[in-house]
Amino acid sequence: MEWLSWFASPENTKPLALVVLFVTFVLIVFFVYGDKKRSDRLESYKHMPFMDDEPESKEDKK
Amino acid sequence: MASTAILSNEQYNFEIVKKFAIMSLVWGVIGMSAGVYIASELAWPFLSFDIPYITFGRLRPVHTTSVIFGFGGSALFATSYYVVQRTCQARLSSDGIASFTFWGWQAIILLSGISYMLGHTQSREYAEMEWPIDIMIEIVWIAYMSLFITTIMRRKQPHIYVANWFFLAFILATALLHTFNNLAVPVSLFSMKSYSLFAGTQDAMTQWWYGHNSVGFFLTAAFLGMMYYFVPKQAGRPIYSYRLSIVHFWALSFLYMWVGAHHLHWTALPDWTSTLAATFSIMLLLPSWGGMINGIMTLSGAWDKLRTDPVMRFLIVALSFYGMSTFEGPLMALKDVNALSHYTDWTVGHVHSGALGWVAMVTFGSMYHMIPKLWDTKMWSQKLVGIHFWFATIGVLLYITAMWISGITQGLMWRAFDQYGNLQYSFVESVAAMHPFYAMRAIGGMFFLSGMLMMFFNVVMTVRQAKRESAALEAKLSAKMSKAGLAGA
Repeated sequence: MEWLSWFASPENTKPLALVVLFVTFVLIVFFVYGDKKRSDRLESYKHMPFMDDEPESKEDKK
Repeated sequence: MASTAILSNEQYNFEIVKKFAIMSLVWGVIGMSAGVYIASELAWPFLSFDIPYITFGRLRPVHTTSVIFGFGGSALFATSYYVVQRTCQARLSSDGIASFTFWGWQAIILLSGISYMLGHTQSREYAEMEWPIDIMIEIVWIAYMSLFITTIMRRKQPHIYVANWFFLAFILATALLHTFNNLAVPVSLFSMKSYSLFAGTQDAMTQWWYGHNSVGFFLTAAFLGMMYYFVPKQAGRPIYSYRLSIVHFWALSFLYMWVGAHHLHWTALPDWTSTLAATFSIMLLLPSWGGMINGIMTLSGAWDKLRTDPVMRFLIVALSFYGMSTFEGPLMALKDVNALSHYTDWTVGHVHSGALGWVAMVTFGSMYHMIPKLWDTKMWSQKLVGIHFWFATIGVLLYITAMWISGITQGLMWRAFDQYGNLQYSFVESVAAMHPFYAMRAIGGMFFLSGMLMMFFNVVMTVRQAKRESAALEAKLSAKMSKAGLAGA
């Protein structure tokens, strides 16, 4: 368990955390923008708020 | 349309949305009135009339709790229930739990206000409620979380719309923040008094981990959820970039959690904690502005709407204030700027440019969009919506300008030395110098409150108008039916 003490030192864990978090961020950006097909699929979700629009208003009904 | 309304009411639980929407406005009026009163007390101290119940110290948490949790919280319950149902195309999973969250939440705000005026407080900013009320919050919040999640699980759409991600992050983060910030030991089972489980610097860090993340998740992420639904709906066009909204969500959710310690620069806090918080605060500018640009660019190609639609004006000005205050925040988180700004009115101005300019404005815009749809009518007076917009805008501008001048003056006066190295001004001289700005701030607040009262009146008239219209429509339908019946006979 000697290797665990390596993590106890902020000099080690800070750059490690930086690398892990930066890589995670890059992966998210890559996932979102990296593939044309996936991009199109993701962008199609922007229409969701309009999918259950009211067909008519009270005024139309009168 | 009545048939559409009936269908909508069967498909969705809009009754709970209506209740929360109305109570949001009621708490807005109460909370902003308390705010104007305490602002006036600072400008004209005789207004406390030596009555302990209405002194600044007791009324201030009444103001903050009523506006943040009463007005903002009820608006979030209303809009999150509305948005989750409409984007998942599923009814709330339980009407009973929805109703429980309504009555529970209203009781919490009311009891909090009464307890503060009686002098009960645990002295934690934005979490002044004593332990029995904290337990009530915990129970209501868990009910809210379970209701929201189970409704999402019933969705008819495979994808969860991004607004719901923001609402989920807000609900989850608030549960964590509330729980750990309020760990306390009551003096006895029948005493309101309790003592925090943390002490010294740890206590301060816990408080500001909670305090800033309340701003981050309650007052930002949740209202971004509101923005991601109501800006596209009101503009009649989808959000500018859905992919940007995903990056916005993850970056914001991750970065916010680290920045609380910037409230404690130049204190007993370890220096590296302070630096870490300042660094993350600067990084936070990127997702904040990404989200702001995403919202504003939704209007790309339809900017003319700003000339004709006061609701759109509310929403876009809200986003502009969001951009402005999320630029000012990281700036103030820099240690050298903070040395000047901390403990001054600049902080108060910054908070209000976010709270009034962003949170309240986006709420007004969303409510003006949602309320006519809920009651299946039009706003009673569209002109009054426009007047409200200008009152609110003038109010915010007066408020924040007064606090900028006041705060920077305070900071400069407190750090000024004479030629012998002594402090140039006594503290009371800086207080006297603030007087005109405190009066200006109170007037700004009065403008904002007047707008809120206009909205309340307009909504009451809208609801009455909707009831009249429904009654007239029903009478028309039954007349037609009886006519058809007679003809058939």
